Amino acid sequence: MAEIRKADGIVDWLDQRIAIRPLMKVLMTEYWIPKNINFLWAMGVVLVVLFTLLVVSGLFLLMYYKPDTKLAFDSVNYTIMQEVEYGWLWRHLHAVSASVCFLIIYIHMFVGIYYGSYKKGREMIWITGMLLFVLFSAEAFSGYMLPWGQMSYWAAAVITNLFSAIPVIGPDLVIWIRGNFIVSDATLTRFFMLHVVLLPVIIIAVIVMHFYTLRIPHVNNAYGEEIDFEKEAEKFKAGNKKESKVIPFWPMFLSKDFFVASFFLAILFYLTCYHYSFALDPINFDPADHLKTPPHIYPEWYFLWSYEVLRGFFFSADLGLIAFGIANVIFVLLPWLDRSNVVAPAHKRPAFMVWYWVLIADMIVLTIWGKLPPTGVNAYIGFVASILFLFLLLVALPVITKLEAKKNGQ
Amino acid sequence: MGEKEVSRRDFLGMTLGGVAAVGVGASLVAMKSSWDPLPSVVSAGFTTVDLSSMQDGEYRQVEYRGNPVYIIKKTAEMKKCEDRDVVVGNADYSVGIQICTHLGCIPSYSADTTEFHCACHGGKFDACGKNTFGPPPTPMTIPPFKIDGQKLVLGEEGPEYLKLVNKA
Repeated sequence: MAEIRKADGIVDWLDQRIAIRPLMKVLMTEYWIPKNINFLWAMGVVLVVLFTLLVVSGLFLLMYYKPDTKLAFDSVNYTIMQEVEYGWLWRHLHAVSASVCFLIIYIHMFVGIYYGSYKKGREMIWITGMLLFVLFSAEAFSGYMLPWGQMSYWAAAVITNLFSAIPVIGPDLVIWIRGNFIVSDATLTRFFMLHVVLLPVIIIAVIVMHFYTLRIPHVNNAYGEEIDFEKEAEKFKAGNKKESKVIPFWPMFLSKDFFVASFFLAILFYLTCYHYSFALDPINFDPADHLKTPPHIYPEWYFLWSYEVLRGFFFSADLGLIAFGIANVIFVLLPWLDRSNVVAPAHKRPAFMVWYWVLIADMIVLTIWGKLPPTGVNAYIGFVASILFLFLLLVALPVITKLEAKKNGQ
Repeated sequence: MGEKEVSRRDFLGMTLGGVAAVGVGASLVAMKSSWDPLPSVVSAGFTTVDLSSMQDGEYRQVEYRGNPVYIIKKTAEMKKCEDRDVVVGNADYSVGIQICTHLGCIPSYSADTTEFHCACHGGKFDACGKNTFGPPPTPMTIPPFKIDGQKLVLGEEGPEYLKLVNKA
């Protein structure tokens, strides 16, 4: 038991009881960030802001939403949109933030790939990040069901049906997941539980883990330079702020992030108020009908690339499913598919640079064709793009990086 | 501490471990069962269709366990599928769950071409319900049925159904 003195202020009072000063040092004022980074390193904080907005808008939606197949559609499209004061704001903010959240996640992820921030001691950051991507995908999918429109219903039907391909237990598993022979009330209520409680709680826990994984290897920087953080921190603390290669997370790093986040929020609220329709599918304004398939089912834009990999093997559902499965987990293995230990921005790694932009171009092609009906020549373009995607990650990347490693005498 | 001797502490540890394992197992059973379809859902699975009013070439859709089931009364010109046709009285019927075997969309039937076309991924099935083009890997599923005079009872396994299933 520490000796408790009369405190000379609230901070001192807390410090005696919960050691608030050392805690703030560890988490904020003496958590060191490299100086040579650019605005792309602000995406993490932007994602924290977005997640907070999603939670807050979600709480307000939750007060009027009814998780029942007979009531869900109207509770969203009539009660929240027509009756609740500012209900439109929560709904559109939630939809737009969800869509933009995936855009920022992809940027965040591809910044990591560009600067080689996924390897040489930073693997755990990458793995927890990819785990978050999977969790966010599950969160997005389960949330998409809730308005109970046509696209909600049929997306749920198609995705739950994927499990029927699992040998032996497949068909029974689908019925078990749905809680009925078809997607129904039981399906809606269990996915409601996942969307509003279980997945958010797990996501918050993994975000905390994701932050912690940064502690030991520290944040990477724009040159991929290996910084002796302890030495540079000593310089900074001794007053040599100019010479030091690092700055504290608070107040210095975050002040710049506040600027980026503010700029981002201005755009986000502009979209929310004036251009929200990109985040809402017109087909989802028809109430769900289990006996009428919409002519063309497609997911939201952020799932189109993997959806196109699923459809790409148009001649075999099994191959498509296997490729889809691989596409969804392959990025987790990136630190091991990259056989070179060179940590540098892609423009300093010539072959990798080509690979990087071909991959992005391929994923954009997959995304565009994922939205088009899979008929005629489209089916073949989707097939080629799917094959190229798998080739890039499973064959091209290991070969390119192996050669790079040889050249560097590794 | 002897080597073979189980100390009181070891015993308590093993007991705790055993009790915890039983608890975890029981919890998993409860969790799994809570996600099972409710008994009311499982038992409400029978649909009776009267075929006596159907015209030659007519296509009809009924609902069975929340899924659409197509029934087509075949004309003399239509291809006969020994392994799939349901014979009621002196007419052939094509019966199947109208769900695309690729990813579960509902293909639409065109009476002109006498084939099913799935809009989701371009799959095609003929009037017998057999996959003829695109990603569907198998013909459409024949639901369990029992023939009762001019009536078809979906959900019960009659001798004709079992014969078809064994052929397929």
